[in-house]
This record gives sequence, structure tokens and C-alpha cells, in this order.
Amino acid sequence: MAKVPVQFTLNGSEKAEFIESGTTLLHALRDKIGDTSPKGGCHQGTCGACSVIIDGELKLSCLTLAETCNGADIRTTAGLAEAGVLHPLQRAFLDAFATQCGFCTPGVIMAAKVLLDRTPNPSREDVVEALSGNICRCTGYEPIIQAVLAAARANSQNAA
Amino acid sequence: MELRKDYFADVRKDGLNEIGQPRPRLDSPGHVTGKTAYFSDRNFPGMLHLKMVRSPHHHARIRSIDTSEAEKHPGVVRVLTAKDVPHNVYTILILIQIGPEDETVLADGKVRWKGEAVVAVLAETERAAQEAAAKVKVDYEVLPAVFDMEEALKPGAPIVNEYHGQNYYLYDSGECRKVRFGDVEAGFAEADHILEQTYQSSPIEHAPTETTGCVVAPEGNDRFTCYTNTQAMFFTLDNASIILQMPGSKLHFVGGTVGGGFGGKVDVIVEPIAILGAKLTGRPVCFIYSREEEMQISSPRAAEKVVIKDGVMKDGRIVARKVTGYTDAGAYSRHSPYGAQKGAAHYPGPYTIPNVWIDTYCVYTNRTPSSAMRGFGVTIGDFALEVQMDKLARLIGMDPLEFRFINAYRDGDMKAHRQPTEGAALIECMQEASRAANWPVAEKFMAMSSYRKGA
Ligand code: FES
Ligand code: FES
Repeated sequence: MAKVPVQFTLNGSEKAEFIESGTTLLHALRDKIGDTSPKGGCHQGTCGACSVIIDGELKLSCLTLAETCNGADIRTTAGLAEAGVLHPLQRAFLDAFATQCGFCTPGVIMAAKVLLDRTPNPSREDVVEALSGNICRCTGYEPIIQAVLAAARANSQNAA
Repeated sequence: MELRKDYFADVRKDGLNEIGQPRPRLDSPGHVTGKTAYFSDRNFPGMLHLKMVRSPHHHARIRSIDTSEAEKHPGVVRVLTAKDVPHNVYTILILIQIGPEDETVLADGKVRWKGEAVVAVLAETERAAQEAAAKVKVDYEVLPAVFDMEEALKPGAPIVNEYHGQNYYLYDSGECRKVRFGDVEAGFAEADHILEQTYQSSPIEHAPTETTGCVVAPEGNDRFTCYTNTQAMFFTLDNASIILQMPGSKLHFVGGTVGGGFGGKVDVIVEPIAILGAKLTGRPVCFIYSREEEMQISSPRAAEKVVIKDGVMKDGRIVARKVTGYTDAGAYSRHSPYGAQKGAAHYPGPYTIPNVWIDTYCVYTNRTPSSAMRGFGVTIGDFALEVQMDKLARLIGMDPLEFRFINAYRDGDMKAHRQPTEGAALIECMQEASRAANWPVAEKFMAMSSYRKGA
């Protein structure tokens, strides 16, 4: 199988790899680059566990071919905390008891981040809509929604 | 949350420091930073991928298996069949002396459900394993199958599982688990009303977000480390040891982090064959269910059928209860004989009924083996019982909650299993519930207590 070069930025650092053509970004990140924060729950675009942010857009890494990411800026949950200080979303998920098994959590946090980046003061409906592509089988959605709303409040207080 | 410390004040221990206090989960910092290590986050150089060839038939004799084309497929390292498994027949609960062993690791001579594992293919990549699995040729002679529990119990039904010899689990009490208390027919004879209803449920898939699987790494000293998302570490370790005929000291299991389970990950399915693959190839092996396999192959909650006949008096007392329960084990036992047994213990409900007669059957059919799931064996039973309670209350024109107060067991009451009730708190729970739900009940019920001095 032919290998193709790909180069992108992952959480701010440059990555260059030779990958088999047809490799998904999910596999490239997890198996080649060693960022296992995106999870594979369905590998068919229905659970959202593999969600990452590519050039500011929320993407399913299981449906994205790594070779299409040349030059892209890719963000995952593993790169969210800065110098060991949790992002407000991460803090809010801890405080609101919004994780049980945690398998969906990195994907949910990425979806929530894209929402808050665009809509700093979202309504409950905005949150529900933004997370509608993420399946959580254990926590129940209410604590997750509350965590995202709390993170938004914390952000706006910091800004004020 | 308010703790009502006035209940059972004279019998309770009050040195509670944790209950009622918020405590962060120990594992959540790992979850929110993406650092928690699930089994599939372990990656080893040279890791092989295992794919199963599965039965397309519900019930069939295997005439022959031809793996030659699959073995020639580029990337294939090893193909495993029944003869490669040291002790190919097992049952999970054999560890607590509940037999017989009735399930094959890889099908041997016969398949008993659609999706049963027949041949395991180990290859350099997932794709190669998948393509090679499609090249395995299995010649089947399709046999008549049975999917309905009552059909399966009829004389002349196809025998699903020869290790049992009949289509039900043989308890020491016979073809079903039995509870006998008082004289149920005399109870029905004196009852003002009799209500018989049938309740049925479908199998339910747990659908954990992380699919079932494991990663096995040979340690080079004839020891194997198995990273797994099992919910039953010691059942898995000990069963793997029996199946592989390897002492437990050669097996190092690493688990504890499970991406959702709900009981669906207590079966011993992926680990033994993956360890065998690692042993026979000397390489790390990854066996992980696809989402499709998780939905179709992993054991669901059993389908159940519950027939409840109650005799009730106009004043609200239940005087007789007769229950026949059926648990659809599918083709193999796994945890179902235990589930059906739990049902037998549960069907009197938290009620004091003087005459009780219960039979619960664990039935084999050619369906996906069912197993544990959150309160299996009692959850469907509770649904049936409580719907039945509402129907009984309606039948005699009584408030459904007051009807439950009348029948609720209290300390000292004899249960149908001849075990006196101790530490009951049902009355108090219902009193709190009626307040919380704003559902008024007569003062005399609010004055009741489960606790009887000297009981
Ligand atoms: S793994 Fe990508 S959406 Fe489920
Ligand atoms: S916490 Fe388990 S899937 Fe969301």
C-alpha cells in the first residue's frame, strides 16, 4: 500500500508522518502520533467520540482522511489544558459531575469548545444543538449541558 | 439532599462522613484531559489484528472448514480453529461450581446462533484480517432452529445445546427454579378477585460507547499481559486460565477502566482467544468488536416472559400469587441460569403474601446468548410486578400507593423464601415518596412503620 506524507499542526506542534493512503485521521492520531484523546466508538460517524477541531471546525476524525489534513491546524482535548491549568470547560466537567466512564468526554468537550468559541453566551437550546452529534451512554445529558453552561458563565465572568 | 435521621434512630449507626457529601470522582481529571488510558489506547509495535469468521446461520452442523485461501492472503499470520484451543468448552460460572460447560470458544462441529465465532484470523492489519476472514470457507448443513421459549420447551423441539440435553437449565429443584409457600390454590379460592396477566420483554443491547475488546502483549517470559475492558476481572482471568490450560501466574490482567459496560462486559469472550493468538504467534494481538459486532454479537439483556396470577381481597390484601417466568438464555448459559434464579427470589416483590407459588425457567433457544445487564433477572420482573400492582389496585378501586402500603412487608413478616424480613424501610420510603410527589395517602398509612419493636 502506497504511503503518503502528511504534515499538520497538532495542538500547536508540527507533525509530519508517512501514512498509508486511506488512513483515517482518527487512526493516524491514535496509532501513529500517539494522541489517544480522540476515541473510536463507532468508526462510522454516529457517536462523536472521535470529534476534533480542524481549522476551527468540529470534525469527526473517523470520517476524515489524514491525507486531506495537510497544512491543517488540528486541536484535540489532549491539548486543551495550558501549562497544566485546566480549560474552563474541563474544570466545569469536573465540578458538574459530567463524566462517568469518560469515553465520550474528549469528543463532547471538543464540540462544546467550538460552540463557546463562536457563541460565548449560549442558551440551553444552543448547547443541546451543539452536542447533538455526541452520544453519551452513561452520564446522562443534563450534567453535561449544565457543565457547558457553567463554563460559559465562568468565561463571561472572567471577561467582565 | 436532606438526610432523614429520625428514621430508625435507635438502630442506625450515625458515624456517616461520606453519605450526603459531594466528592469528586477519582478518575474524572483523566477523563476531561483525555489522559485516561482505555485498553485500546495501548499500542504495541508489531501488533496483530484479530477478526472472527462468524456463523451466518442460527443452527447448523459444520461439515468442513477450509482456511487455505485465508492463510495465503497477504498479511495473514495465523488462522485459529477449534482444534487450536486447549480446552475449547467453558461456562463462566463454572468458577462457582455452576456447570455444565456448554459453550465453545470457537465452534466445534456445530453452530447454535447466528454470529457464533467459528474461525479467528490474525493479520498485520485490520483490513487484511477482514479480507482474509471473508475467504474462509465453511460448509454448513443448516438445522431446524427454535426462537421462541415456549416452542423450545415443547416435546420434539430441536435441541439447541447438547451439553444440556434439553432446552432448559436443570436446577437442583428440577426443570425450573421453584418457590412454594402456603397453599396458593386455597388462596385463590378465598380471593374476591383474581387477575392473571402476561408481560413480555425483548432483548436489550447495552450499547456501551466503547466496544468490547482487549489488547494482549507477550512478555517474552511465557507470560502475557492482557489489557481489557472486562467488568469481571477475576472471572475473565480464571476462565482464560482454564480455557488456555495456563496457570493464572502466566496471565497478567490490566483493567478497571471501562468505557461503559452496564453488565455487557462481564462475559469472557475476547480475552482467551486473543491471548491464544499472542501465544501462538509470539506477537501482540488486538481484538476489538466493531460497532456492528457490539450490537449483534455481544450478549443482550435476556428476553423474558412473566405470567402473574394474583388473588386479591376487596380490602386490598393480596392473598395468593402464582408466577411463571421464562428467561431466554439464547444458545448458551453465560449468566442466565443465575438471572432466572434471581427472578424466582424476586417475584413475591417487597410484599407480604401468605400463599406464593413460583416457577422460573432458563430456556435455550437459537438466539444470541443473553447475559448480565443492570439488575438482570429482576428488572423486567419489577416492571411486570409493579404494573400488575397498579392493575390490581384499579381492579378493586383503590389508590395504587395505598394498596402498596397494605401489602408492604414489615420487619418480622415471613417472606415466601422462609426468611423473616429484617431492616425493611419500604413504608418509610413510600411515605417520603408520597410527600415528594405530592400524592396524598390516608393518615393511617402515614402513621405506619416498617420497624416493629422486638420483631
Ligand atoms: S468514532 Fe467517529 S463518530 Fe463514532
Ligand atoms: S461518560 Fe460514558 S459515554 Fe459518556
